[in-house]
Amino acid sequence: MNTEKMTLEPAETRSINPKVFTMWLFIVSILMLFAAFTSAYLVRKAEGNWVEFKLPDLFSYSTVVLVLSSISMHFALIAAKKDQFNALRISISITFVLGLLFLIMQFYGWIQLVEMNVFFVGNPSGSFVYVLSGLHGLHLVSGLIVLTFALVAAFRFKINAKSLTQIKICTTYWHFLDALWIYLFVFLLINN
Amino acid sequence: MSTAISTAEEVHTHDHDHDHEHEHHELGFIRTYIFSEDHKTIAKQYLISGILWAFIGGSLSIIFRLQLGFPGMSMEWLRPLLGGWIDESGKLDKEFYLAMVTMHGTIMVFFVLTAGLSGTFSNFLIPLQVGARDMASGFINMLSYWFFFLSSVIMFSSLFIETGPASGGWVIYPPLSALPQAMPGSGLGMTLWLTSMTFFIVSSLMGGINYICTIINLRTRGMTFTRMPLTIWSFFFTAVLGLLSFPVLLSAALLLIFDRSFGTSFYLSEIYIQGQALPNVGGSAILYQHLFWFLGHPEVYIVLLPALGMTSEIIATNARKPIFGYRAMIGSMMGITALAFIVWAHHMFVTGMNPFLGSVFMFLTLIIAVPSAVKAFNYITTLWKGNLVFTPAMLFSIGLVSMFISGGVTGIILGNSALDINLHDTYFVVAHFHLVMGAASFFGLMAGVYHWFPKMFGRMMNKSLGYIHFWFTFVGVYMVFFPMHYIGIAGFPRRYYTFTALGNDSMAAFTDMNSFISIAAIITFSAQAIFAWNFFYSIFKGKIAPANPWKSNTLEWTTPINPEHGNWPGEIPAVYRWPYDYSKPGAPDDFIPQNVPHSATLESNLPEENAEIAREKDIDGLLGAQNESYTH
Repeated sequence: MNTEKMTLEPAETRSINPKVFTMWLFIVSILMLFAAFTSAYLVRKAEGNWVEFKLPDLFSYSTVVLVLSSISMHFALIAAKKDQFNALRISISITFVLGLLFLIMQFYGWIQLVEMNVFFVGNPSGSFVYVLSGLHGLHLVSGLIVLTFALVAAFRFKINAKSLTQIKICTTYWHFLDALWIYLFVFLLINN
Repeated sequence: MSTAISTAEEVHTHDHDHDHEHEHHELGFIRTYIFSEDHKTIAKQYLISGILWAFIGGSLSIIFRLQLGFPGMSMEWLRPLLGGWIDESGKLDKEFYLAMVTMHGTIMVFFVLTAGLSGTFSNFLIPLQVGARDMASGFINMLSYWFFFLSSVIMFSSLFIETGPASGGWVIYPPLSALPQAMPGSGLGMTLWLTSMTFFIVSSLMGGINYICTIINLRTRGMTFTRMPLTIWSFFFTAVLGLLSFPVLLSAALLLIFDRSFGTSFYLSEIYIQGQALPNVGGSAILYQHLFWFLGHPEVYIVLLPALGMTSEIIATNARKPIFGYRAMIGSMMGITALAFIVWAHHMFVTGMNPFLGSVFMFLTLIIAVPSAVKAFNYITTLWKGNLVFTPAMLFSIGLVSMFISGGVTGIILGNSALDINLHDTYFVVAHFHLVMGAASFFGLMAGVYHWFPKMFGRMMNKSLGYIHFWFTFVGVYMVFFPMHYIGIAGFPRRYYTFTALGNDSMAAFTDMNSFISIAAIITFSAQAIFAWNFFYSIFKGKIAPANPWKSNTLEWTTPINPEHGNWPGEIPAVYRWPYDYSKPGAPDDFIPQNVPHSATLESNLPEENAEIAREKDIDGLLGAQNESYTH
C-alpha cells in the first residue's frame, strides 16, 4: 500500500455524495432489468417463428422529443449552478411538458401498432415492443415524479448553486431515461 | 420505481431536517421498534422474521419427509393443522405435497437465507464494522424491511388459500406455472407467489443499494478497502450480485405475469389441454429458464457469500490467528462473484442444449472449484496450529467449512454435463445443494447469531445449550443429507409424492433409507427448538455481555454494550490497521483492535508498520471531513 493511496483514499471516497451514488446504483438495477428483456428478445428471436413489422413512425418523433427534454434538463442544471431561478423553473417545466408529450406520443404509437394489427397479445415480437416501451414509459412516469419534486423545490428556492444534489440526481435520472429509450429504440430498429 | 420515488422524497425531506441523523430525538415506541430507521433495529427485525420463516419452512419439510419416509402413513393427527389437505383416508393430499416442496424451497432460499441472513447481518455489521453512524439512507433501509414484510405476509397468506400455494417447484417453470389448468397451485397461489416475489425483489434491491453505498461512501477515516474485515467484503459482493441479478428475475416474473394474466405468449406455445388447443403460439419455455437461472445461480452465492465472510471473521477470532491469505480470500470471493454470472446454464443441461455450449458452461462451472478450494484451504490453514477457542459460533463455523467441502465436492460431479444428465432431478442434486448452500449457509447464519448476539442484545446466549444445539445439528444434517447421495445415484427422483404399481416397486428398496432420513430430519429439526429457546430466553434473561466477549479486533466491539442510535456516543474511532492482528509476536495481548494506532504498539510493530506511524496524522486529519459528511 503506497503513501498516496493511504492518505487520499478516505477523503476521496467521501467526496462522492451518497445520494447521487445511490441513484447510480438504482440506475444499474434498471439497466439490468432492460438488459434481461433485450437478451430475452434476442434469444427468443433466434428460435424462429418471429413476425416482422415496421415500428410506428411516432416512435421516431417521440425520440426527438425526449432528446429535446434532456437538453432542457441540462439547461436546468446549468441555470441552477448560476442561481438563475427563473431559467431553472422554466427549464424544468419545459422538461416536464416534453416528458409528458413523449408519453402521449408513445401511447399514440401503440395505437398505430394496433392499426398495423400488432397486438400486445400475439406473436412475442409484438408483445416485446409493448413490454419494452411500456416499462420504459412506467420508468418515465417515475422520472416525472422526481421532476415534480425538483420543480416544487425550485419554486421554494431550495435548489441553488450551494444545494445541487437534488437537481443533479434529477438530471442524472432523466438523462438515463433518455439514453435508455434511445438504446431500446435503436435495438428495436436493428432487430425488428 | 418506488426506489426512485423514495429517493426523491428522501432528498426532499432531507432539506427540512438535515441534521436529523445527528441530533438525539426521543423517538416514540413506533419509530423505535417498528418503523425504525436504525440499522440495528432493522437487522433484528430481519433476524426474527427469518427465524420465524425458518421454522415454517422447516416444518413443511418435516411433513413431506413423513410422506417420503413412511408412504401412506395416517396423518389424521395433522388434520387440525392442515384441514382439507389430509384426505378422507387420512393421507396427505398429493397436490399439497407439491405445494409444500415448492414453499419449502421458496421460503428457505429467499426468506430465510437471503433476507434472514444477508438482511440481518449486512444491516447489522456494515455500519458497525466500517465505522458509520448508520446506513447511507435509513429511510430506504426501513422501506426495504417493510417491503420484505409485505412480501412475507402475501407469501404466508398463500399457504391458506383454498387452491393451495404455488406448487410448480421453487423455480416455477412455465408452462406448469403459467396455466391455472395445469395444477391447482398454478391458480391464485401462483399469482400470490409472483406478487410476493416482486415485492421481495424491490426489498432486496433497496437493501443492496444501501449496503454498497454505505461500504463505498461511509467508511471511517483510515478504513481503506484493504483494512475492511472479510465480512464487509462478502456483504459487498453479495449486494453486487443481488443488484445485478434480481432485476433479471423481475423481468422473468413480469413476462410470466403477462402470460398468466394478459394472454401473451412469451413462454407458451402450441399447448393442448384436454384436446383443446390454447391460443398461445410462439413462446419459448426455455427462455424462462435462461432468465430464471441468470438470477438463480448468483442467488446461490447471495446465500453463501455472507456466511463465508462471517465465518472467516469468526474463525480468525477464535483461532486467535490472522486469517490466512486475506487478499486471496477477497480475490476468491471476487472470482466467485464474476463466475456466478456465466455458469447459469449448468442448471439446464437436460433442456436439449447444444452439447458444445454445454461443455462451455461445464468448463466455466468447474473453474468455480478454484476459488472455492482457495477458500477452503485458507479456512483450514487459519485453523492450523491456532489456539482454538471452541465457542458455539466457532463450532458452527467449522461446521460450515465441513459442509462447504463435502457439498462442494459433489458440485464437481454435477457440473459435468455428462454426469449431470444422469443425476439431474435426483436426490443426488438435493443432497448436493442442501449441503453446500442450504446447510453451509444455515451454519453461517447460526455462527453469526451466536457470535454477534452479545452486540445485538447486550446479553450472552447460553453456551452449553449452544453446544448441544450444534452437535445435534451437525450430526443430524449429515445423517439427513449423506444417505441422499446414495438413493440419488440409484435414481430416486426429486419431487415425487409416491410410486405407483407402474414403478414396478423399483423404489421400494429405498424405503428403509428414506425412513432413516426422515427420522434424522425430525431429530435435527426438533433440536432447533433448543436454539429458539436459547435465543428468545437470552434476549431477556441472558447474562449481561462484556464489551468485547470474544476479544475481537473489529470496530463493532468498540461501541457501548448497548449502542444507541448513531452507534458511538463520541467520535467514530479511526482505523489504523487491518482487523486480523491476533497473537502478534511481542504484543502484550493476543489481539490488537483496529482502532489502536501503530504508535501505541511499538513492541510488536513490523518494520514496515513503523513507517505507518508517520501516516497516522493524515488519518486523524480526516476527522473534520468525516464529521462534515454527516452534517451535510
